[in-house]
Amino acid sequence: MLEIASEGIATGTTSQPKEHPMAHLVSIDDVDMRYGGADGTLAVSGLTMRVGKGDFAAVVGPSGCGKSTLMKLVTGLHIPQVGTVIVAGQHVTQPISIVGMAFQNPTMLPWRTTLENILLPLEIVEKHRHRLRANKKEYIEKAEHLLELVGLKGFGAKFPWQLSGGMQQRANLCRALIHEPELLMLDEPFGALDAFTREELWCVIRDLHAAQGVTIVLVTHDLREAAFLADKIFVMSARPGRILKEHRVPFERPRDLEIMYESRFNDLVHQLHGEIAQARVTA
Amino acid sequence: MTIATENSTATPAIAKQPARINWVKAAPWLFTLGMFLFWEMLVRGLGTPVTILPAPSRIFQAVVQYWSPLLKNSAQTLFTTTLGFGLAVVGGLAIGLFIGWSKTIYAGLYPIMIGFNAIPKVAVVPILVIWFGIGTIPAVITAFLISFFPIVVNVATGLATIEPETEDVLRALGAKKLDIMLKVGIPRSMPYFFGSLKIAITLAFVGSVLSETVASNYGLGNMMASAQSQFNVPLVFAGLLALAVEGIAMYSLMAFIERRMTGWAHRSTMAN
Ligand SMILES: Nc1ncnc2c1ncn2[C@@H]1O[C@H](COP(=O)(O)OP(=O)(O)OP(=O)(O)O)[C@@H](O)[C@H]1O
Ligand SMILES: [Mg+2]
Repeated sequence: MLEIASEGIATGTTSQPKEHPMAHLVSIDDVDMRYGGADGTLAVSGLTMRVGKGDFAAVVGPSGCGKSTLMKLVTGLHIPQVGTVIVAGQHVTQPISIVGMAFQNPTMLPWRTTLENILLPLEIVEKHRHRLRANKKEYIEKAEHLLELVGLKGFGAKFPWQLSGGMQQRANLCRALIHEPELLMLDEPFGALDAFTREELWCVIRDLHAAQGVTIVLVTHDLREAAFLADKIFVMSARPGRILKEHRVPFERPRDLEIMYESRFNDLVHQLHGEIAQARVTA
Repeated sequence: MTIATENSTATPAIAKQPARINWVKAAPWLFTLGMFLFWEMLVRGLGTPVTILPAPSRIFQAVVQYWSPLLKNSAQTLFTTTLGFGLAVVGGLAIGLFIGWSKTIYAGLYPIMIGFNAIPKVAVVPILVIWFGIGTIPAVITAFLISFFPIVVNVATGLATIEPETEDVLRALGAKKLDIMLKVGIPRSMPYFFGSLKIAITLAFVGSVLSETVASNYGLGNMMASAQSQFNVPLVFAGLLALAVEGIAMYSLMAFIERRMTGWAHRSTMAN
């Protein structure tokens, strides 16, 4: 398991300068996205970024700079007016189902149990929906395995409103993972959590990434979270958002939570903090 | 059974509990009883003639005296009302889903619906009589016309207020409009739908009785109209009493169905 992970990172690091275009799972080129017609809000402008296959990318930036917009552009929920978004070699012109998405506030459906909520993507995604009825048992096993992974074993039969906020966010994560997406988009998934639960879930995500080789794009306000989890950190400017700087996180994997108390970790966080503060002022 | 086992295991302090009166449970009965008592005393105290306001005792007397026609006409009214209401449920659900389907349809049909709903239904009954003659059919249709509007509005509202984030989660998976409607829109609008049934059933009674009063030879509306022309005021009030009982019964049934079908909506809002 760990060998696969370190291999993935090794190829990522060695092919750093000017990678082959096919190596990128996500390429965004010179994208402008404006909400609400010609004189609406310009959310992002001249946005260019690339995420390699198997990479763990984090996006940080001032509030309202267009991070959620970026997520929606990649998943095809919004189509940009200018520029191109290419995911897995495909020009994105409509929502694509190789992505799993988790939003900041867990959007669980209150009339379904947690397990049924987690199975929801399988009822939608073309690849699975026709197999679901016949292979129900296998899928339920998979969902229960995911629940166990995030520490929710035995909570599948509970309704979302019987879970705490943190538990709902964990279930939300399971739902984003159930259809084995190639690309996992996480928009501040640990926003409303206490520090300890958050660290616990960081480790869950870290291990998932290591074990399954999934590509992850994480939007976050928490710079320590970005530094702990990611291989690459993108710093965005204030609105209209574009990428100001791209950091390569040098820490070796597997990473331990202890790394956060090392000085090189703090130096990186400090540097990121300075850049975002700068971006806010120059807005 | 359960009470017996509870008592046997309970400590003496808890065992006293069943003796205490649950005032909240008893309140509806006590208040109804109080209302009738107050009414009785008022009529007796003021000496109001029976042709203006009969005392409850006189009304109950009329209920006993005319039980057979009361029962027959009540059954007829209940029949026309539930039939009209049933049509309104089917039609209201269908039109509500249709309207909630797209913003354009919503925008286009909403003013028409409002205008339609603003027409006093009593003005429609003569037209129905021209088309269908007097009797059961115009009563059913009037009950339908008056009660389907709240159902339509509630279902459409439930569909139109899907949280964009929930929709995004599904759309990001490649969900079509129909998927979103089936997985989110319809389950989500069910609490609105079942909530509207309580309003709709009481309105359905208004419609059917209205039509029976002006254009029928059957039903409580017709019975009350003819009792009134014979100055049989206690029978008129007995008819009203029968309507009130039917209304409360149907309302409770709808409230019960609502609780059974959409318990999650109550509990999930309570949890927040
Ligand atoms: N649906 C929308 N309609 C109009 N404007 C929008 C819409 N969504 C976002 N915006 C605007 O686009 C800009 C970027 O929004 P976005 O949600 O991408 O920011 P963000 O970086 O995710 O912010 P935060 O960190 O606070 O979540 C904001 O100024 C916002 O006002
Ligand atoms: Mg956001």
